[in-house]
Amino acid sequence: MSTPTKDHVELRSGAYADSVTLLQVSRAVQAAPGVVAAQVAMATGLNLEVLAGMGFDVPDSSPNDMVVALRLDAGADVTAALAAVDAALVPTRPGQGDAQVAPPRTTASALRRTGAGSVVLVSVPGASATVEAMDALEAGHDVMVFSDNVPVAEEVALKTYAATRGALVMGPDCGTAVIDGIGLGFANTVRPGRIGLVAASGTGCQQLLALLHHAGAGLEEVGVRHALGVGGRDLSSVVGGLATREALRRLDADPDVDLVVVVSKPPAPEVAETLAREAEALSTPVELGLLGRGQRDLTTVAEAVLARLGHQAPQWPVHGADNTGPATGPLLRGLFVGGTLCDESMLIAAERLGPIRSNIPLSPELALGEELLVDDHVMVDFGDDALTQGRAHPMIDPTLRNEQVARAAADPATGAILLDLVLGHGAEPDPAAHLAPAIAAARSERRIPVVVSLVGTDLDPQDLSAQRDALVAAGAEVHLSNAAATRRVVQLIEGAQR
Amino acid sequence: MSETTVVTVGADMFADAVAGQAVGVERVDWRPPMPGTEADLAAVATDPRRPEANRKAVEAMLGVTAHLVDVAPASEVLGLERGQFLHAGPPITWDRTSGPLRGALMGGAALEGLVDDPEDAVALFESGSNVSLEPCHHRSAVGPMAGVVTPSMWMWVLEDRATGKRTYCSLNEGLGKVLRYGAYGPDVLTRLRWMGDVLGPLLQAAVRGTEEATDVTGILTQMLQMGDEAHNRNRAGTLMLLRDLSPAMVLSQETGGFGSSDVADALRFVGGNDHFFLNLAMPACKLALDAARDVPGSTMVVAMARNGTDFGIQVSGTGDEWFTGPAQVAEGLFLGDYGPDDANPDIGDSAITETAGIGGFAMATAPAIVRLVGGSVPDALATTRRMHEITLAENPRWSVPVLEFQGVPTGIDVSKVCRTGILPQINTGMAGAVAGVGQVGAGLVTPPAEIFPQALAALASRVAG
Repeated sequence: MSTPTKDHVELRSGAYADSVTLLQVSRAVQAAPGVVAAQVAMATGLNLEVLAGMGFDVPDSSPNDMVVALRLDAGADVTAALAAVDAALVPTRPGQGDAQVAPPRTTASALRRTGAGSVVLVSVPGASATVEAMDALEAGHDVMVFSDNVPVAEEVALKTYAATRGALVMGPDCGTAVIDGIGLGFANTVRPGRIGLVAASGTGCQQLLALLHHAGAGLEEVGVRHALGVGGRDLSSVVGGLATREALRRLDADPDVDLVVVVSKPPAPEVAETLAREAEALSTPVELGLLGRGQRDLTTVAEAVLARLGHQAPQWPVHGADNTGPATGPLLRGLFVGGTLCDESMLIAAERLGPIRSNIPLSPELALGEELLVDDHVMVDFGDDALTQGRAHPMIDPTLRNEQVARAAADPATGAILLDLVLGHGAEPDPAAHLAPAIAAARSERRIPVVVSLVGTDLDPQDLSAQRDALVAAGAEVHLSNAAATRRVVQLIEGAQR
Repeated sequence: MSETTVVTVGADMFADAVAGQAVGVERVDWRPPMPGTEADLAAVATDPRRPEANRKAVEAMLGVTAHLVDVAPASEVLGLERGQFLHAGPPITWDRTSGPLRGALMGGAALEGLVDDPEDAVALFESGSNVSLEPCHHRSAVGPMAGVVTPSMWMWVLEDRATGKRTYCSLNEGLGKVLRYGAYGPDVLTRLRWMGDVLGPLLQAAVRGTEEATDVTGILTQMLQMGDEAHNRNRAGTLMLLRDLSPAMVLSQETGGFGSSDVADALRFVGGNDHFFLNLAMPACKLALDAARDVPGSTMVVAMARNGTDFGIQVSGTGDEWFTGPAQVAEGLFLGDYGPDDANPDIGDSAITETAGIGGFAMATAPAIVRLVGGSVPDALATTRRMHEITLAENPRWSVPVLEFQGVPTGIDVSKVCRTGILPQINTGMAGAVAGVGQVGAGLVTPPAEIFPQALAALASRVAG
């Protein structure tokens, strides 16, 4: 039985807020009294589809309009609901200084105000990211481009120009960087040591940060001083490692860096060769951790780094192993927010289980279509460009992945579920609060083994142990090493196949 | 803590995450660009010529010093012939002209003796025989409001000594019922004839007889610190000009045979017209901006001009092409009983001052006139600050004391206008919509937004590859 409702839809021309803020606004408004459903979003094609799907009737609009769509109890007061929208939209920005002076509207304008020693972090929609990044480079500043969906030709243009300015372009699609101890984007808090990371992969970088931090407790030199992201395409043949070269040059010149580690998703072979040659020529030793068939996984790379510094690798932590029983079916389901973690798991699992279907497949014939669950082993990267267009990254908005967890659990062929959860700056304040209920629900009918790679450090803002405990309490087995987590589920699936 | 400041543009959560690490954050208030401009913006941003081209254009512009070197009839210095009329703004044909431009052309035709009664000029312009219309800008000239220049009108001649390049502008008639606002009554023509017979020759004698040529750029520097923004307020500039020229004007009684009453009339006319210097500020701005023209890859606006029907801009990297859209009606205050319905859409080449970074762009330095254009002092400060968001540089010579002597916002960047949606702010007089009425008010106006994406697309189409 449904109670009667009424819809209120209005367009606000000239109003703008980023998608993450609007997601938070929508959530806040949904919690207001009398509100049945609320969607506050920019009128992009994708958002209009969502609104239509929710049954809202949206008038003609342009993508620069903000849509406020409310579904209220028939007796509820629209004015009160709109007041809740307005209150949620008011930005809470402490320390904005002189109220008389309007904030800068472009990166160039901001840099005129801050001057030297600034780093720029760009996370606007991909179509506008290059323009902001160019402002930074023109003024001689390094820039991290978190934005994805940036055309590769623009990436090459940015990096080519940066080379003439001695500036570094981290990205596009760069999730993580640590510069002078400052975490940018999704970054873990680590003790600084004498290791410099160059990462063509955000979550790969975060995995190494977390492993080395864990292993480095009490060891002064085992810690990451800088982690320079370069973007997932930097080692492709089109981009040719332009940013990696600049990052290596910097770390080589830094007297506080004793060892350089390069981590990347599978690179183009000829770029990898050139990179290996160039790394040889540097005065600082370089450990190359380039993922690929027959190459080392990230945990093995971390162990090699420890060995170079004269230390033995610890036993990587595992919690909640008692939760895990035998596999409940023949197929493995890996659902990731981290692209490199997904890559690494596919490489490890494919060696034992054979072909793995994915939206970021190891080879083209393994590609998934729109359908993310098929009658094969499947691993999905929810952070991939195609799945983030017009919506927030899964580290911020877990809705899509949680839906897939439920679908995987409902599939009788599912034998085990492999997940990742990434902590650090930029991630949700309490991500386990969203994932743990999804895990518990997945295990409510059958005891499907759920193994989670929990990537984080004890200095991260989320409280690593509380996050871990929540996942274990929900029935998961939790690893720090994604490679170890993957091997664990592979073993379970193999057990079911025998 | 670290000395590093992080500039964030995009999701607030990343700025919050940085702030949470006790690191300084400067947040960009980013909003989507003008609709449909993303691809062109990226193409222009990554044009390898652009950074150097804009630097070059700005440098060239800031390198110009305008000296007042002569006063002479348009027939002599512009080669303007009988039947040729210059006008403000982008090119236009008679059938599309607005009231004030019509009125000024009709008065101009009578001044040149092409017709006896200005009203008869309508048939003349309709027939199009033996008359032609051409923008002032196409002849290195600028004209306020209707900007009509005829062969017999006397022109200021400004020169950049470094290059020998020159620009020109007519003499200012004063406010109210004047030709440039479209009035063409007998008193308007009488005044123009006196300007041609007495004022022009007298000023010529004075300019030629002044040993040190007047540095117009230098006067602009000073007047910006004296409450003038050099578009709607030119009081200090006018008096400084008078200070420079009056000795030689007095001496012209001996050197040029002018009567003492002529000299007194001229001094009284100039001193009594607070806008007299505008017609020197404008060609000084044009001289500077012309130096920035034709730099391939530069996104800098080198002219903004209106003919009462269309608003047009020219851009350094796109040569002489005009990008035009409908001129807007200003918002502001009206004289007497006039109201918004009486006002003609925006008209005049005087937006060259804003193009050069003064006028509306320097509003912060002219608090005395913020009410004239319907604003407040905080609005004026905010306006100048806002114009820095769409410009390439600051002018070190032209500074604003109240903003800690920050240079005026200089070099409008087509890209930044499209990125921010912030339109150039222009201070302007308002002409009556009907020919013959004259001035009806003053206020603030902006260009039509669509001309900037047009110009951007043209810039993008010129990017190689």
